[in-house]
Amino acid sequence: MSEYRVQFEVFEGPLDLLLHLVKKQEVDIYQVNLLRIATEFVTYIEQMRELDLEIAGEFVVMAATLLYIKSRELLPVDKQVAVAVEDEDTEDPRWELIRRLVEYKKFKDAAARLQERESLMDSIYEHRPARPELTAPEPVRREAASVFDLVNAVATILKRYNERTDVREIQADPYTVSEKIDYLRQLSVGRPRFPFSELFASARSRAEVVVTFLALLELIRMKLFIAVQTEQFGEIEVALAPTPPPGSVPTPSESAADGTIPVDSLPPQSPPADIVEPTPARAPDQLPEANPVGSDTETPQTA
Amino acid sequence: MELKSILEVLLFTSQKPLSPTELRDVLNRAADEEGAEEHVKALRKTPPEDIVAALETLASEHDAAARSYRLVCVAGSWQFVTQPEYAPWLRSFLGVKARPSRLSAPALETLAIIAYRQPITRAEIEQIRGVAVDGVMGTLKERNLVVEAGRADVIGRPMQFATGPAFLEYFGLPNLDGLPAADELRRIPVQRPEALLTVDNHLATAPAEPTQQELPVDTVDPSVNAPEATVEVPPAEPPAPAS
Repeated sequence: MSEYRVQFEVFEGPLDLLLHLVKKQEVDIYQVNLLRIATEFVTYIEQMRELDLEIAGEFVVMAATLLYIKSRELLPVDKQVAVAVEDEDTEDPRWELIRRLVEYKKFKDAAARLQERESLMDSIYEHRPARPELTAPEPVRREAASVFDLVNAVATILKRYNERTDVREIQADPYTVSEKIDYLRQLSVGRPRFPFSELFASARSRAEVVVTFLALLELIRMKLFIAVQTEQFGEIEVALAPTPPPGSVPTPSESAADGTIPVDSLPPQSPPADIVEPTPARAPDQLPEANPVGSDTETPQTA
Repeated sequence: MELKSILEVLLFTSQKPLSPTELRDVLNRAADEEGAEEHVKALRKTPPEDIVAALETLASEHDAAARSYRLVCVAGSWQFVTQPEYAPWLRSFLGVKARPSRLSAPALETLAIIAYRQPITRAEIEQIRGVAVDGVMGTLKERNLVVEAGRADVIGRPMQFATGPAFLEYFGLPNLDGLPAADELRRIPVQRPEALLTVDNHLATAPAEPTQQELPVDTVDPSVNAPEATVEVPPAEPPAPAS
């Protein structure tokens, strides 16, 4: 039934309708003729009723407010209820209504700006390059070899000597940790890095490997050496520590007593939980004299 | 090498927007690399405010150069984006951007009120809008544009609302201070004019002098007139959008 289809603007609420009516007057919101607005507002509501539209309660409340304002205006000034001019701000219903309208208008404008941004975002494309097919920057990163890595590495080397020790002889052990410390420090002269296996290249017996390994642990503990593993399962490399603290280096004899590896001697990527008591200290079981200071190194302790 | 150029090249190759903190981490990592050169090491521990300042300089340089793309900050993270006027070609080249459906006018109005006045209770929103907001609040919360933000310390302890994590991203805003006309809307000063209302001239309360009616509001000297009626809003800490 086309004749019943009426062009009828739908408003968000009474304030929205009021704003629309103010706009129709084409005056500043502060100078609006509230009486005319009140009349138009009520007319609109009546139209809604004629169209059988459900009238929200808010519209009715607003209509009542407007009619109250209108009724006040109809009285001569001297008969008006003394709306004390002193506390006008809250008392005057006209003023309260205007204030609400202004506030609502501002937010309606703000909503319009948000809507502009909303549609603008459809037109903005982000720069998203595909990840280049490059190797990750991992190789440059040095990973500190943990004590477990070192132990595993030395265990591999020790296997080579297993068969040779069938015949047991009791003899004075010719190797000492401090002697091997000197050996390793000489080895490192002029070479910032060398592979872990090279340390044991000249070792003739299992005992010598063990003592050399203890010397290495000692040097790491003294922050003179660091052990790094540049890639997983890769060869461990031993290097001179970047900046050995000159004053605070403990002497080999006293440092050997606790046998721990200082956490801060390792690069920061190393999880501290890895730093534990070096387990290979058990090897001296077979070589009681090889490591005279290592007897108390078996107490496991986490750094 | 200037900091801003380094940041530019990082953002240029990044697959996601980067925050100043993330950029600082990259600078630190590069400085920690083995054999890093002095000028790389020098940027270790660059203060975040220096990074932000460099990014802002960079962004204004890009704007001044009027390129087809620019550097923007959305929700605290920086990225390169295209200028909107090139959308017709990009739409055809890359396709239409996948965006949630547009918000309705009531939803936008409600969202605007929450954005500028957060944290705010439902009753306060309804006071401003003049209508109930239950329906749109559901939509806004569902889309993470609005989240609950604790309870107001008033009788009944009503729930308060604030903008949610999706808000800044959805509108491409750098932060809540980046809302348009934020200062004005957080605290709306409404000047009460001297001649309050104009009415029909034949009515009893019509002002005697018509000239007074036309007095523009702006020219009213605030020092001699009625006190400003202001809608005070405490400078509430805008809740950080959950990332």
